[in-house]
Amino acid sequence: MSLSATKFVHPITTPPSTRSSDKPLFSTFFGSNHTKLRFNKPIVVAQRRSSSAASTSSPVVAVSDVVKEKKLKSASNLLITKEEGLVIYEDMILGRFFEDMCAQMYYRGKMFGFVHLYNGQEAVSTGFIKFLKKEDYVVSTYRDHVHALSKGVPAREVMSELFGKATGCCRGQGGSMHMFSKQYNLLGGFAFIGEGIPVATGAAFSSKYRREVLKEPGADEVTLAFFGDGTCNNGQFYECLNMAALWKLPIVFVVENNLWAIGMSHLRATSDPQIWKKGPAFGMPGIHVDGMDVLKVREVAKEAIERARRGEGPTLVECETYRFRGHSLADPDELRDPAEKAHYAGRDPITALKKYLFDNKLASEQELKAIDKKIEELLDDAVEFADESPLPPRSQLLENVFADPKGFGIGPDGKYRCEDPKFTQGTAHV
Amino acid sequence: MLRAIRHKVGTISYFCLIRCLEASYTLFALQSICPAFGAFRAFASAAKEMTVREALNSALDEEMSADPKVFLMGEEVGEYQGAYKISKGLLDKYGPERVLDTPITEAGFAGIGVGAAYYGLRPVVEFMTFNFSMQAIDHIINSAAKSNYMSAGQISVPIVFRGPNGAAAGVGAQHSQCYAAWYASCPGLKVLAPYSSEDARGLLKAAIRDPDPVVFLENELLYGESFPVSAEVLDSSFCLPIGKAKIEREGKDVTITAYSKMVGYALKAAEILAKEGVSAEVINLRSIRPLDRTTINASVRKTNRLVTVEEGFPQHGVGAEICTSVVEESFGYLDAPVERIAGADVPMPYAANLERMAVPQVEDIVRAAKRACHRSVPLAATA
Repeated sequence: MSLSATKFVHPITTPPSTRSSDKPLFSTFFGSNHTKLRFNKPIVVAQRRSSSAASTSSPVVAVSDVVKEKKLKSASNLLITKEEGLVIYEDMILGRFFEDMCAQMYYRGKMFGFVHLYNGQEAVSTGFIKFLKKEDYVVSTYRDHVHALSKGVPAREVMSELFGKATGCCRGQGGSMHMFSKQYNLLGGFAFIGEGIPVATGAAFSSKYRREVLKEPGADEVTLAFFGDGTCNNGQFYECLNMAALWKLPIVFVVENNLWAIGMSHLRATSDPQIWKKGPAFGMPGIHVDGMDVLKVREVAKEAIERARRGEGPTLVECETYRFRGHSLADPDELRDPAEKAHYAGRDPITALKKYLFDNKLASEQELKAIDKKIEELLDDAVEFADESPLPPRSQLLENVFADPKGFGIGPDGKYRCEDPKFTQGTAHV
Repeated sequence: MLRAIRHKVGTISYFCLIRCLEASYTLFALQSICPAFGAFRAFASAAKEMTVREALNSALDEEMSADPKVFLMGEEVGEYQGAYKISKGLLDKYGPERVLDTPITEAGFAGIGVGAAYYGLRPVVEFMTFNFSMQAIDHIINSAAKSNYMSAGQISVPIVFRGPNGAAAGVGAQHSQCYAAWYASCPGLKVLAPYSSEDARGLLKAAIRDPDPVVFLENELLYGESFPVSAEVLDSSFCLPIGKAKIEREGKDVTITAYSKMVGYALKAAEILAKEGVSAEVINLRSIRPLDRTTINASVRKTNRLVTVEEGFPQHGVGAEICTSVVEESFGYLDAPVERIAGADVPMPYAANLERMAVPQVEDIVRAAKRACHRSVPLAATA
């Protein structure tokens, strides 16, 4: 893929003047002029139009242009094979049905606290995470259920965690916003905006360190950091863009720009709403992609991940997407225009993928319905498993506070508290 | 039934259904988790009742109308009417120049608030929870608290940092910490923790009028609770003194100090103890810094026994400071060791049963009071 590698223009060589023009956001959409790859007609969302100045050369080139050139030479025009199509479809359906199930369980009182659902954004999670190996790292925010599922954490474990049971992936101690899995390399689950980005940058640093200092062969893990549009106004984001580019860390910064941070519109909070532009300012490619279209996301993801794996450094990818539900299940969601919601509901990534699969005869109605049924059964099983799982025992309260429980200190008898087998039987009296 | 609901996604009826369910769920959750929630409904007398939310809203409203230099800044305070609806209606009344929706950048907007306060404006900076104030703590401590001292009085910082503090219900480790002890240990700050609506109104007004940086620690679970308020409290010049605790309930056998939500628990515990013949005096601290040592010591000299209650972590907590103050000043009057009830020394777990164990409950306070009165009670909770 060296052909497309050279198309990722290194921003330092581009003179600043060509980047300063104001262009309508949609001109940087991949495939916006290529009818073959389009699922829907070009979308016009009135309030998001910036000045319609004539476009000059873009600092980053549509990857799909390059991919299209290559594809035209091959026999098939399609972006995915049937197997890949079914895998992607299953993953997106798993994400969607799981989140719907979460809403149900929340209103039945089985889940509590803050629950942030991912409906509508599945294309980003599936598009990126399905290119990762098991050893690659994913860092997310509080909207992390679907990232966990795409990365491979079993639905049973995620559901139990949400119910607060001892069989959850974090033994009931983390909850909805704090999903961690060492086995699947899911590094959280962070409640604070922007908190995950330095952590992800550090994970990327560790894989580069292992490769170059510890000389471990095959240490080429790539890290994906997922975060939202609100985070892009936070200082930590910029600090990490700088360091990742400076040290050429194997990381991809994935912005899930769903245009809203609780009730704050991205346009009201950001001086320049085009987040992809912030990449070149720090010396890395910045790409804008239609996040409601899983195939376009996949194209960009493949390139960005391979770039990181080759050691060429970080990439900033802005995925324009939308969440169909409110910020969390406690959010009345009154500020978003119903017309905007309806517009994006019409661009549902699952519907679009289905249409693509049918139109290109990659899958039949029955095959997809069979997948739907399989996922429904999987989720019913997950809920049953979570329901029947035990609550954490009281002795678990004091566990896992330290990796070395000598941190609880020395008890009145002169020995370490943790050496007493009855240590965890107490309550707050430690 | 699963499928029926799923297919309705996107229709208006679904959203209405969800809203009704949300409201009823929240009520259910509050009642099951905060035992004091239901109790105060029965407390209504001839006096007017006001929720803490209304109290805070009216205090902000009155202070903003009295002084045009007061402005409110924070995430979702404007168009969203406040993340917890505390600033409802303020944007419509005062406009976007005085009720500012900020981007998600605590360090940035806390710093901007401090800088504005340097030049005589009176910002009220809202943190969506005080957990997020950790991203801005450099400004709260270094630019706000220490400025008057470093500049030898040339620059004062009349700023208020407010927001919910402490544990809510099932929100996990990163959303549940109590910051009273952290901020109260810093000279230059005033730290207030209201309990009832009267406290909320009086202390917030006092905080906004105060020329020094004030950290105002509210509690999310108290927002919806109603308390009776007298006509004096409703007056727009009502103000409570900073540094004065309130004796919520007189007693003669044991003193229980508490702040914020724990005052409600302590009052319930006092009811239970009264039935068993122990008369407990409950002190609502109201002000963590400066701590009203005089009132606490006077009470201990009367009752000779002390139980401190707080929701935060035990080590270096508010209870530790109170205990030391009493030992320093009223040691001879103590008939029993000071009992310290605090949250468990662990990050807040998510699972509901573990969370209940990690936060003090009414039974814990009752047992501690009995221990202080030399009744024999087992140390660890049963069940």
